[in-house]
Amino acid sequence: MTETRFTKDHEYVRVDGAVGIVGISDHAQKQLGDVVFVELPAVGVKFAKGDSAAVVESVKAASDVFAPVSGEVVEANGAVDATPGLINEDAMAGGWLFKLRLANPGELASLMSLADYEAFLKTLA
Amino acid sequence: MRYLPLDTADRAQMLARVGVQTIDALFADIPAAQRLTTPLPLADGASEIEVERSLARLAARNVAAGSVPFFLGAGAYRHHVPATVDHLIQRSEFLTSYTPYQPEIAQGTLQVLFEFQSQVAALTGMEVANASMYDGSTACGEAMLMAHRVTRRRKAVLSGGLHPQYADVAATLGRMSDDEIIRRPLDPLAREDLAAAIDDETSCVIVQNPDFFGNLRDLAPIAAAAHAKGALLIAVFTEAVSLGAIRSPGEMGADIAVGEGQSIGNALNFGGPYVGLFAARQKHLRQMPGRLAGETVDADGRRSFVLTLSTREQHIRREKATSNICTNSGLCALAFSIHMTLLGETGLRRLANLNHAAAVDLATRLGAVKGVSVLNEAFFNEFTIRTPRDGAALIEDLAKRGIIGGLPVSRLAPGAGLDDLIVVAATEMTTAADRQAYCEALAQCLSSGATR
Amino acid sequence: MNSHGRPTRPADAEPTRHATFTGNRGLDMEEALIFETGRLDATGVDLEAPAPFSSRLGAHARREAIGLPGLTEPEAVRHYARLSRNNYSIDVGLYPLGSCTMKHNPRLNEKVARLPGFADLHPLQPVSTAQGALALIEALAEALLALTGMSAVAMSPKAGAHGELCGMMAIKAALAARGEDKTRSVVLVPDSAHGTNPATAALIGMSVRAVPADADGVVSADSVRAALAPDVGAIMLTNPNTCGLFERNIVAIAEAVHVAGAYFYCDGANFNAVMGKTRPGDLGVDAMHINLHKTFSTPHGGGGPGAGPVVFSERLARYAPAPRIVRSGDALALAEHAEDSEAFGRMSAFHGQMGMFVRAYAYILSHGGDGLKQASEDAVLAANYIRVSLADLMSAPFGDRPCMHEALFDDRWLKDSGLTTLDFAKAMIDEGYHPMTVYFPLVVHGAMLIEPTESESKASLDLFIMALRDLAMKAVSGERERFLAAPIHAPRRRLDETRAARQPVLRWTSPAPV
Repeated sequence: MTETRFTKDHEYVRVDGAVGIVGISDHAQKQLGDVVFVELPAVGVKFAKGDSAAVVESVKAASDVFAPVSGEVVEANGAVDATPGLINEDAMAGGWLFKLRLANPGELASLMSLADYEAFLKTLA
Repeated sequence: MRYLPLDTADRAQMLARVGVQTIDALFADIPAAQRLTTPLPLADGASEIEVERSLARLAARNVAAGSVPFFLGAGAYRHHVPATVDHLIQRSEFLTSYTPYQPEIAQGTLQVLFEFQSQVAALTGMEVANASMYDGSTACGEAMLMAHRVTRRRKAVLSGGLHPQYADVAATLGRMSDDEIIRRPLDPLAREDLAAAIDDETSCVIVQNPDFFGNLRDLAPIAAAAHAKGALLIAVFTEAVSLGAIRSPGEMGADIAVGEGQSIGNALNFGGPYVGLFAARQKHLRQMPGRLAGETVDADGRRSFVLTLSTREQHIRREKATSNICTNSGLCALAFSIHMTLLGETGLRRLANLNHAAAVDLATRLGAVKGVSVLNEAFFNEFTIRTPRDGAALIEDLAKRGIIGGLPVSRLAPGAGLDDLIVVAATEMTTAADRQAYCEALAQCLSSGATR
Repeated sequence: MNSHGRPTRPADAEPTRHATFTGNRGLDMEEALIFETGRLDATGVDLEAPAPFSSRLGAHARREAIGLPGLTEPEAVRHYARLSRNNYSIDVGLYPLGSCTMKHNPRLNEKVARLPGFADLHPLQPVSTAQGALALIEALAEALLALTGMSAVAMSPKAGAHGELCGMMAIKAALAARGEDKTRSVVLVPDSAHGTNPATAALIGMSVRAVPADADGVVSADSVRAALAPDVGAIMLTNPNTCGLFERNIVAIAEAVHVAGAYFYCDGANFNAVMGKTRPGDLGVDAMHINLHKTFSTPHGGGGPGAGPVVFSERLARYAPAPRIVRSGDALALAEHAEDSEAFGRMSAFHGQMGMFVRAYAYILSHGGDGLKQASEDAVLAANYIRVSLADLMSAPFGDRPCMHEALFDDRWLKDSGLTTLDFAKAMIDEGYHPMTVYFPLVVHGAMLIEPTESESKASLDLFIMALRDLAMKAVSGERERFLAAPIHAPRRRLDETRAARQPVLRWTSPAPV
């Protein structure tokens, strides 16, 4: 079964077994506006939780995407590389950025559930 | 004061509206002990007549290049600038506008920048060009930093044909960020083996063509050698007119081409402002420094231009920006672009040919002066001569005879053992009579010097 | 008797905004690219062919076409004259770009900069033939030192950011001389700083640590003390700052920085507010650049050129880069080699932006000491006049505190309007104004930074205030459409910047044949 966890920096990781799919939340894409460019990590790169792993750029902002958990990149989403607008259209599914093989699944516990994240967003308003 | 529209009554009314008694109340945040209470130690304001007079007096103490036979280049060249150029760049809307941050009311500047970028890309044979850098030397330094980012290496090899002050700028940048800069010894005969200096750690090799001594170099083998080691070739030029006559950096395999654009449209100005040209391969676009104008449409679907890819720049990316540059050389780029449009392909080629012809004639004549030899095999409008006398002293002697005879290499490279070399340039502005006068004066200086 | 009359009053017809055949609208004209109208064989310059000669280009001769279009002179004049008409400019209207200082650009300065003795002078001429040029640079340098109370000045930096780099390099050289350049690698920078500050620090391998400003918009000495540590080499502080406020704790900050063994770099972009009112040298500054294109009115030219001389304190003077002007007897000379002194190196080829020096010096001579002080006072007065005149309608992030040369508002007052700072700015275009600086400084939400400068008459300021008040009232009273659609009375409506960035077209390419 899959579960999606969120960070306070608005990344999500959707975990299915040993691999997590990482992207930015729908809230984050709305804040950023039209995404025009993404810089994705190379396959094989290892990140510790919190490392800068990717960059998402809108016209007037460049935003670091931090690894929500530790792991090794096993795939980068070529579709968003070619069509960055996918992040605006479908951040939580087709607009994912990269997949990580989790190094330490225990880290997931420190992230927010969808309900917690939604509550967190309300505190920002 | 003629530039200040407010009068005493205006100021009093405005202070009243603001709700303070005195202007100094608005400066209350300046710590009391540091408020200036004495007048500035500067003269009183001066009328337009007076200012003009005092500046004319200063100007008169200089020998204007156009007032004498003139053969100096070495990174700045005396070319004719059509009257149209200076007229157009002084139009209010070009001269007194800011960076085009509001594109709806800055299409003039933006379209010019788009055209400028297109011209520079064509001239250099590269795929993309930016909207200008400060000058050739800083463009060269920025190109080196860009190569470091692209290759993730931090060792640059600087050719011995690179303008010594360009090399100084790169070396300063390198020293400040702990990058390794390999400066090859000055190379007047263009015989250095750059390929041997490139290794697996090298980020880039920086080669000037025509080089500082005027030699024409084939960059293709250097490009191949650099690429074989995963390094970039940065091609530098200080004389943009040369690109009307010689193979372009892009054609020879350069990854980044940078240079000084002063020759086209801009006066000598004692060294600035000039305009740095910066062009690169499309694949390295994201690592380029500086502003870029791009094409798009407006809400009515009309073709329009706008500054784009700004996330590379300091105002957005801050410490992760590709450069700290903000203000560039917009107006000088405009002058370049207008002059280039007036020339067109045909005019640029003719201009280049005229320059080359003048230099060939001068080299032939100088080579015939007793004791003088021309070092270069192939050259464009600049070459190096060796004389039996100290070059700096010789140039001073020539200046006393009313001739600016070129650059003694020792001025920029003291202690390099090249004190007998002079770099000499000729352009479309030098006449046959000038060239004849130079040769005669040089012969006299050499014969009188020899008797000392 | 002339029997041919003509109508001399408007006809009684309803106007329609019909499309025109040319796409032009009266004086508002469309202009194609030179690549579309020019020809490879057209030229606007008559150049004769040289007498036959034998080329020395060898195998290096160009073989391929370049692809540069040409226009004849009348065509070229028309192209650029038409394009120019699509630009807003300070000559035409109030240009209140905060932090950019769009003041009047005197044409006298253009005239003197073009004297052949300055413009037609080569940087590497024998110095014996350029004594007037060196004298002018020295005179300008002395004026800058008098204005700032500092010890030395580097004239070669080409713009503000280049000046920052120069100042920070001198600081790094000073740290190196103490053997601390590796250990002191952090620069303190407030979040409100120009982006050039952190970018500059990064260029010389230093990292940035943010210093928060207090709720009143200025940095406190306590915040700086809290951030200071043995790894800190410098602070970069803009004063007056980017919120338009004088950093009133600056002396205590400088003291704390010095006690901690670090240096104080001041971003002098806003020096135009305090000429003759205070001197950076008295405030404890170690290095500061001066934007000649802001404070001393050299034209911005659509983005440059500028000039960014850097003044240094006694502590840093010896590290100032080459070249330096030196006296030898009655004559002036150039020390061009960094190796001959403790100079940290060289910023650029040659000696700096001479063309800008001439203009700035003419500006200083024209004003004199009193005039410069008056210029600063008028700039500050004008900004405060605008501030108080809009305070009841727009929201100011730091309350009713007086500002220096620019008035800062945020977007809280637009909160219920459904409009953004950008919408408001674009509506100003329809009123014939260039918008203020928007969304900067970053620390203020939806920032609107208004810098009127000393160049505006009271009538001009009053009209501007009335126009902004009218717009502000319309914005909060629900007239959304005029803002969302704005500008409509400009050469272009809003641009699709997303498209420009997603599919970059950065140069002309010939269209594919149909």
